[in-house]
Amino acid sequence: MNTAAADPRSLIACPNCDLLHNQTPVATGERIRCARCGTTLASSRYNAIDRTLAAAVANAILIAGALFFPFIKLEGAGTLQSATLIDAISAFGGGLTAPLVLVVAAFIVIIPFMRASALVYTLWPLRFGRAPYQGAAQAFRFANALKPWSMAEIFIIGVVVALVKIAGMAQVSLGPAFWMLVALVLVLLLENHNFCRWTIWQILGKHTRA
Amino acid sequence: MDNLANPRETYAGLTARKAGLVACTTCGQVDHPRAACSRCNTPLHSRSPLSYQRTLAWLIAGMIFFIPANIYPMLITRTLGSERESTIIGGVIELVEYGSYFVAAVVGIASIVVPLAKFAVIGMLLASIRRAWQLNPHQRLHLYEVTEFIGRWSMIDVFVVAILVALVQLDFVASVNPGFAAVSFALSVIFTMLAAQSLDQRLIWDSMNETGQDE
Repeated sequence: MNTAAADPRSLIACPNCDLLHNQTPVATGERIRCARCGTTLASSRYNAIDRTLAAAVANAILIAGALFFPFIKLEGAGTLQSATLIDAISAFGGGLTAPLVLVVAAFIVIIPFMRASALVYTLWPLRFGRAPYQGAAQAFRFANALKPWSMAEIFIIGVVVALVKIAGMAQVSLGPAFWMLVALVLVLLLENHNFCRWTIWQILGKHTRA
Repeated sequence: MDNLANPRETYAGLTARKAGLVACTTCGQVDHPRAACSRCNTPLHSRSPLSYQRTLAWLIAGMIFFIPANIYPMLITRTLGSERESTIIGGVIELVEYGSYFVAAVVGIASIVVPLAKFAVIGMLLASIRRAWQLNPHQRLHLYEVTEFIGRWSMIDVFVVAILVALVQLDFVASVNPGFAAVSFALSVIFTMLAAQSLDQRLIWDSMNETGQDE
């Protein structure tokens, strides 16, 4: 078996099954898949960096907004309560469940916000064709590692379930913050659709070697 | 779109490992074996070290915490001196009684079916790697990907508790508090997510015999 070309960096290995492929330029709108297991190796979309960057900026703004606007309003027995996201997070206040405050806050606010910031930091200079900022590779690596722990979309479903549960007890209405989170979920979906890690790593790689 | 007609040139069945090369799991760059990836600085390993052991450890931790999560109450509701505790299953039954079948199904699937299925799938994948079971690697990879994707959704119930507690917080008549199960359930979900992440899916293909090479 002849060992791969002189520069192994010109190859792509499938992240799921380790099969080696020759690297070829990917045309816009095209997607290349692993010949053995079918995993997407790289895809190229029109304006991928622009779109991913726009989604990340929108993301950060929506999270900040969702924090401070009223989230849910509850009307029952003549009283009106409105809870912000911060109330929901700090609800786990005392006793045994205290660590949950941190976990819930991290999943729905801190991690999505950090991830969005890291993506903006990585992509902003690339969008203008400039060299990436110091530590862009670390920031991008960090953003990718955070991805499974960013759970805003799951929280939305949780809100709907909670509303069904208390629907009998009180009149509930949703505040602007809820709709901001819904928008956030849609933006996240769009971002995932346009996101090709491999392409961004290629660009970052060119600069580190230059 | 999909370019299956032109499957690109591949080195027939040659993996990075067989070629004496290492692929970075973070950025995908292929390189000669070295300590860390030259592009993204992730430590390079042909296969994640102790992937089997770490996955097994997280899996067991996740299973252990799933037990108190189902025994202890998730929510404690106090109304005018009377106290009511509801467990995960109790919460689902309550929703069925309200007639919200769809929401009951969502919660039931997310907090009972998905965690149990995850334990089974990760356990099966570990066994298939250790004992080199010649099962269809495509199906196993697919199972792995579904498990990794769907595991986070089990968090729904924890968030429901958070929202309920926040909403009813200021009320004088009723008070709702999270129970111990909320913590153990959250930990169980986190541990099983870590189990799925620790599993190096390339091992699934390594365990196939050379003759099992498809196409």
